[in-house]
Amino acid sequence: METRDIVYIALFAAIMAALALFPPIMMPVVGVPITAQSMGPMLAGGVLGAKRGGLSVALLVLLVALGLPLLSGGRGGLGVFFGPTAGYIIGWIVAAFVIGYLTERFWTRLDFVTALLICVFGGVIVLYAIGVPWSAVVAKVTVMQALTGSAPFIPGDILKAVIAALVIVTVKRSYPLIGARAAA
Amino acid sequence: MIIGLYVAGDTIIHRTHPGLKLLLLLVISTGVFIADTWLALGIATALVALGYVLAGLKPYHAWRALRPVLAIFAVLFVAQLYLADVWLAAYVVLRFAVLILAATLVTLTTRVSELVDGLMAGLAYAPSWVPREKIALAVAMTIRFIPRLRLQFSEIRDAQRARGLDRSIVALLVPLIVRTLKDADDIARAIEARSVD
Repeated sequence: METRDIVYIALFAAIMAALALFPPIMMPVVGVPITAQSMGPMLAGGVLGAKRGGLSVALLVLLVALGLPLLSGGRGGLGVFFGPTAGYIIGWIVAAFVIGYLTERFWTRLDFVTALLICVFGGVIVLYAIGVPWSAVVAKVTVMQALTGSAPFIPGDILKAVIAALVIVTVKRSYPLIGARAAA
Repeated sequence: MIIGLYVAGDTIIHRTHPGLKLLLLLVISTGVFIADTWLALGIATALVALGYVLAGLKPYHAWRALRPVLAIFAVLFVAQLYLADVWLAAYVVLRFAVLILAATLVTLTTRVSELVDGLMAGLAYAPSWVPREKIALAVAMTIRFIPRLRLQFSEIRDAQRARGLDRSIVALLVPLIVRTLKDADDIARAIEARSVD
């Protein structure tokens, strides 16, 4: 880890905090709000790669735990980690790492479709694989019921994966970080 | 400047060492999960309520902590009502409410700076493979840059609005990220020029 990597990690955590300023958009039909901030882990992994992306999300989570109101809606503090959906916040770190790892693997032929598949895998499948069982245990419901409760959010999360994939391939074209590192 | 969630005060709860508060939070939260009875939950509820009174907090503070999770609570309550009975439904929802309020009590009565200092002091005892200075640098830098990034975000949004692009999330995110990554290179050079590493 060079100084430059630390700066990327810190500044990307600040970007994710800034994303909290995006007003939530109401999804039509299912009627659940989608927030721009939860795109953060996808972007962190897809732009910075596995290690730096995962650490950047971990840093954001740490600052939230220390009491800064950095989550969308001005939420923050330790209370966030004791609610029924705390597993998703922890899952963000893993999601960013997985997305970063896959982005590094497929970097040379990374196009929109590949980036989208990676974001859906890491940002939806892996994330729910952590968040859903977590909710089930702490809320005393079965995994199936927890999944049913989370289902309305899946269309929004897929939409976020589409947007994140577009951003990741555009940033790759104008300011590639992962390839530059591999070549060095 | 980021306004933290801290509520100023000089009560016994405010003066308690942050480490002790975190330890008590850990004991209460683990306790209600291990004991898992109405008695344990009742004791925890009483302790947390006492904490709020001693800290001089208003019902408004408790309400603000619970408001974001009310929708989830409603779904959960109905689900448990359907699965089990009204007692389990009430138990599960009350347990979440108490845990969230207990954790929020620590946040409301402890300055972010105290926790950051505590973290840094704790890092001094960390094993040598932990990159202490780098963690400290990253934490300090993020706190410093959040207000600046928020300002940049608003600037970019205004610029894209002038082009009629403010509805496009991609048109907001790409410049924000690329600009920040370029800044990061300059900052890294500036830090290295001062031979921090």
